[in-house]
Amino acid sequence: MITIKNLHASINGKEILKGLDLTVNAGEVHAIMGPNGAGKSTLASVLAGREDYEITEGSVDFDGTDLLDMDTEDRAREGLFLAFQYPVEIPGVSNINFLRTAINEIREYKGEEAMSAKEFMATVREKSALVELDPKLASRSVNEGFSGGEKKRNEIFQMAMLEPKLSILDETDSGLDIDALRIVANGVNTLKGDDNASIVITHYQRLLDYIVPDFVHVLYDGKIVKSGPKELALELEEKGYDWIKEEMTL
Amino acid sequence: MLEGLTPTTILLDEKELNSAQDTLAKNQLPTTRMEAWKYTRVAKLGKTNYTSSEETVVSMDAYRIAADATTFVFVNGHFSEELSSDEIPAGVSISPLSACMEGEIASTNLVLEGEIFNALNTAFLTDGILIDIEAKATVEKPVQIIHVLKGEATLSNFKTIINAGDFSKAGVIQGFFAEDADKAFANVTSEISVGTNAFLTIDKIQYEAENTSHISTEQVSQENDSTFTINTITLNGGLVRNNLNIEVIGENCETNLNGAYLLKGKQHVDNHSVVDHKVPNCNSNELYKGVIDDKGTAVFNGKVFVRPDAQKINAFQSNGNVLMTDDASVNSKPELEIYADDVKCSHGSTTGQLDEEAVFYLRARGLSEKSARKLMVSAFIGDVLDKIENEDVLNFTHGLLKDRFGWDFE
Repeated sequence: MITIKNLHASINGKEILKGLDLTVNAGEVHAIMGPNGAGKSTLASVLAGREDYEITEGSVDFDGTDLLDMDTEDRAREGLFLAFQYPVEIPGVSNINFLRTAINEIREYKGEEAMSAKEFMATVREKSALVELDPKLASRSVNEGFSGGEKKRNEIFQMAMLEPKLSILDETDSGLDIDALRIVANGVNTLKGDDNASIVITHYQRLLDYIVPDFVHVLYDGKIVKSGPKELALELEEKGYDWIKEEMTL
Repeated sequence: MLEGLTPTTILLDEKELNSAQDTLAKNQLPTTRMEAWKYTRVAKLGKTNYTSSEETVVSMDAYRIAADATTFVFVNGHFSEELSSDEIPAGVSISPLSACMEGEIASTNLVLEGEIFNALNTAFLTDGILIDIEAKATVEKPVQIIHVLKGEATLSNFKTIINAGDFSKAGVIQGFFAEDADKAFANVTSEISVGTNAFLTIDKIQYEAENTSHISTEQVSQENDSTFTINTITLNGGLVRNNLNIEVIGENCETNLNGAYLLKGKQHVDNHSVVDHKVPNCNSNELYKGVIDDKGTAVFNGKVFVRPDAQKINAFQSNGNVLMTDDASVNSKPELEIYADDVKCSHGSTTGQLDEEAVFYLRARGLSEKSARKLMVSAFIGDVLDKIENEDVLNFTHGLLKDRFGWDFE
């Protein structure tokens, strides 16, 4: 699905990613954990195509295409989805209007027919139910006046609408209470399939009780320094990151 | 500037004509040293030798805003009988000023002294239109005034007079267009009186050309219990200045001023408004929003007076601007002068760029950059377009937005 090789990225001349390697196959869930400042959100931003970052070295192959060579919107159209750590409020832009435009631009890109209004509304109803998002919120301005939990549910709602191949959830769990976390995780788990994959970026192990990863990676100082099965997350929760730092200096 | 022009043949009051001549003789064009013209340069108008030429337009297709309306067409200010409606609905009488008898045109409420564009308009008035709406008449079909500038260095001095009778209700659409017009100049005045408990709505669309000039002054007075609304949509025109002067002389009035301006190239659009609350118990709402692209420059100057003893006034004023480039600029100056103590007034002005984080967010969901920006601009300007009740006007506006900016907002 995605193969990241020796990825180096910097912002304002400061190198954040320093040779990151990661391979994710279809059907897999990968968790990326790491201390603050390790480069977790940078990785998400770079993959989504945020222009503030400069890629100095490395490659990202996304299902046979060179991801780094594509504009943000084309990455999305190829099936990459980023659930934002801080979803943006866009006053006056209706959630469903913009989603309809997005879906139809994606379809046009793929040479498919536009989705009919009827089919679209039926999908909105189905997918908003999945994340228990009030249909009224679905038609309001994007994230405007939404609570933190509603914003995150709206991200998963959009993910459900767009049916991406690869979802990157950037700290989707932070700030959520346990009920909201369950709803979000349930949405993600329901959408999981053999032909899609997820990268779950988190600071806390708690999320991984609900979204069970196939692999856990530790990102530290711009590189993946340790990978393991889901139990690695528990070990990190228990021992913190210091032991990894110590291992590294050895 | 004036050599090629002939004095007006419209039967205006002799004293007014003298006053206008006097102002023209004694005054120069305003300079940016004058506060009211600080951000708008009009010097180039003085360097053009204007003529007032009669022209015709072949097709009205591009200019007909509402299909079902009583339409009066003027080209370079000259009345075009063959392009205008023959039938005038009940409850209203309409006449070009050139067909008015002596004494039929009431004395003006425009300020002529020191106001050079009003004086120019009066002394060299090309033609205009007189609309009398009878008391208690509800005029279902809007009256549509289409003005087209055509030819090189033509000057149209055009006037609209609207008398909305007591308890009447009517809508007037004004469309200003240009066709093969080079350095043409529309100098327009309107004298509008809104009678007791009358409702009058004006939808004004300005869509001239990038090298034309347009200066208009609307002088409005409102009697008791009346509602006056004007929606000004400015989408093309090299130099545009709109002066909107509202005198609220009756109690329990409502005044709504809405404006949307979208600029590109080197366009300059200046909206100046004065709402003068002279008496108590009135509401005024002003909402102007602009999107300025390329090297466009916009000016907003909105002034609200609340005179002594004009208590219980609610006056709200808001101006928002989005600058699409680093070269675009805006000068926004909302002003309140309040001499009464029991009033609710607010004003606000915002100027910014489109939120780039929001653009990125939308793109990350698969929207092209163009669609993302379009969607956000449409959301921004949509607040103003939502105020337009006439569907034909709204649809026409959307059509112009699509033609000129490639923005399909619907």
